[in-house]
Amino acid sequence: MTSKATHIQAGYIALNDAAPLIIARECGFAEAEGIDLHLHKETSWATLRDKLAIGLFDVAHLLAPISVAASCKLFPLPLDIVVPMALGLGGNMVTMARSIWDGHAPASGPVSFDAGAAGARLKAMIEDRRARGNPKLRLGAVHPYSAHNYELRYWLAGCGIDPDQDTDIVFLPPSTMPDALRSGALDAFCVGEPWNSAAILDGDGVLLTTKGHIWQNSPDKVLGVRRSFALDQQEAHYALLRALYKAAEWIESPANKEELCRILSAPGYIGLSETRLKPGFNGAIETGLADPERLNMPDFYLPLSRAALFPKESHALWFYSQMVRWGHVELSDDHIARVRASCHPEMLRAALAPLDIALPDTQQDILSAQDIQSPIASDQGLGSLGPDVFFDRIPFDPDALAAYVAGQRVGKN
Amino acid sequence: MSPSDLKILVADENRTRASIIKLGLIESGYLNVEIVDSFSGLALLVQTSQPDVIIVDLENPQRDTLEAFFALSRAIKRPIAMFVDQSDLSAMEEAIDAGVSAYVVDGLKKDRIRPIMEMAIARFRAFSRMEDELFEAKSQLKDQSVVTKAKEILMDRKGLSESEAHRQIRTTAMNKQKKMSEIASSIVLAAEAMDL
Repeated sequence: MTSKATHIQAGYIALNDAAPLIIARECGFAEAEGIDLHLHKETSWATLRDKLAIGLFDVAHLLAPISVAASCKLFPLPLDIVVPMALGLGGNMVTMARSIWDGHAPASGPVSFDAGAAGARLKAMIEDRRARGNPKLRLGAVHPYSAHNYELRYWLAGCGIDPDQDTDIVFLPPSTMPDALRSGALDAFCVGEPWNSAAILDGDGVLLTTKGHIWQNSPDKVLGVRRSFALDQQEAHYALLRALYKAAEWIESPANKEELCRILSAPGYIGLSETRLKPGFNGAIETGLADPERLNMPDFYLPLSRAALFPKESHALWFYSQMVRWGHVELSDDHIARVRASCHPEMLRAALAPLDIALPDTQQDILSAQDIQSPIASDQGLGSLGPDVFFDRIPFDPDALAAYVAGQRVGKN
Repeated sequence: MSPSDLKILVADENRTRASIIKLGLIESGYLNVEIVDSFSGLALLVQTSQPDVIIVDLENPQRDTLEAFFALSRAIKRPIAMFVDQSDLSAMEEAIDAGVSAYVVDGLKKDRIRPIMEMAIARFRAFSRMEDELFEAKSQLKDQSVVTKAKEILMDRKGLSESEAHRQIRTTAMNKQKKMSEIASSIVLAAEAMDL
């Protein structure tokens, strides 16, 4: 490390998708770019957000909808950030307490994780519980403004379950989920890895469905960068983006999975055994069931490919559409403009220019209803996007956001 | 109006720290202070107890739960202001830097909440200083005992006097640019290994 290395303070939550920050530091990608990257582990998203807002952190591993909420000024403490980069696609699943599952276990045959089938099963459980006079299922998500909350709600509503009337959704930090499930404080949860695998491998949970089954290749976390840092220290900011890109490349390489899990298992980072970390990275998901014992999903979590690092406006706007849908924010052109403006792909382009990498055309942002991969329009013409279909096959056109939300409202009633 | 009519809830898993804050609040004339050190059902407690101000430790994992509860709360009318006031950024920064966060029922005047926050910040700082000092004292004790043990080994095996043994450890530490306790630890370790 040269004495001229720029210090960058980064906050993160103990989750698999914090790996780019951790690997950028541990494998020397940050150092090679002249950055001394300091990492600070936080437990709750609220604290991480507040420390970023006041400048204790320059950058942070952030729930994508937190940046959307910040654009709409929904927080009491102003959070003035830009999003130059996303931190991967996928990575979540929905896990149910074994005790609840056992009460409604299927007679025989393999279980389907298809979001429609899993939702129908859940709906039957809810109706059965209601008939027996049992309390509502209590579901955990990590924060009101999280992909988890919105994909869970989207899935439930799409399966004919009213998330507000038929279930009770509560918010807990990711690392506390397995304990909450074991103790009966939660009946199911939607959380990022490794906390599902932890509960499943401990025998407390069974897999219901995954984020990818609800919405293929969907976004989850972004890199939130304080605007003043991005503007005042542009060189260091871009150097960090390059380091994170290289870290993501390293993480995606199958040859590095063992080493990756070893590094992240350190108590200072995630602090869980390598066995618990691995499923979320290699996509060989333990189900906690006899049949099938394992779900093979190679694109369960993508740190790099399919333009996983690209901060798409359509992704941010989808979260905004759901915030409107559930009454978390009002629909306004001003909000839409600010949500769009929070994404800064031009910063990623500028930072990665020396690396000569194919990045998507920003105009290509209708989330399709097709199971195809489309080539990335770029100078290099490399790589591909998608498939990004929702389980109900309803496409999302960000330019017709109001109609989309209105359609969903009718569907709910 | 006396400040004592404000209901303050201090939610901190560290009971000592919570008690220190409570004491400070009572000394400042805030007599209606409740402590909660277990967070299961904190949101429910807030609903039943209806405090005007909730002071929580930033490391408290229940912050996400609390915020969501406030956003949806029917018990407390929205909106809820956090910290002191949106316009008072420096006060918020000071609070977060000190590790304290407050949830304040909207409509509470800034001049009423300010002294409470200042007190909480001061107490948080004092507590972390106390913890640092305790840690320092403990490691000093540990350092001393390992040096004593290393000296005993040198005296025993090399027939040195206590002051000669001390000098030898000190000289080695100076030459190697290390702490005396580090040199002492390697002497103790080496001696244990040789006994095998």
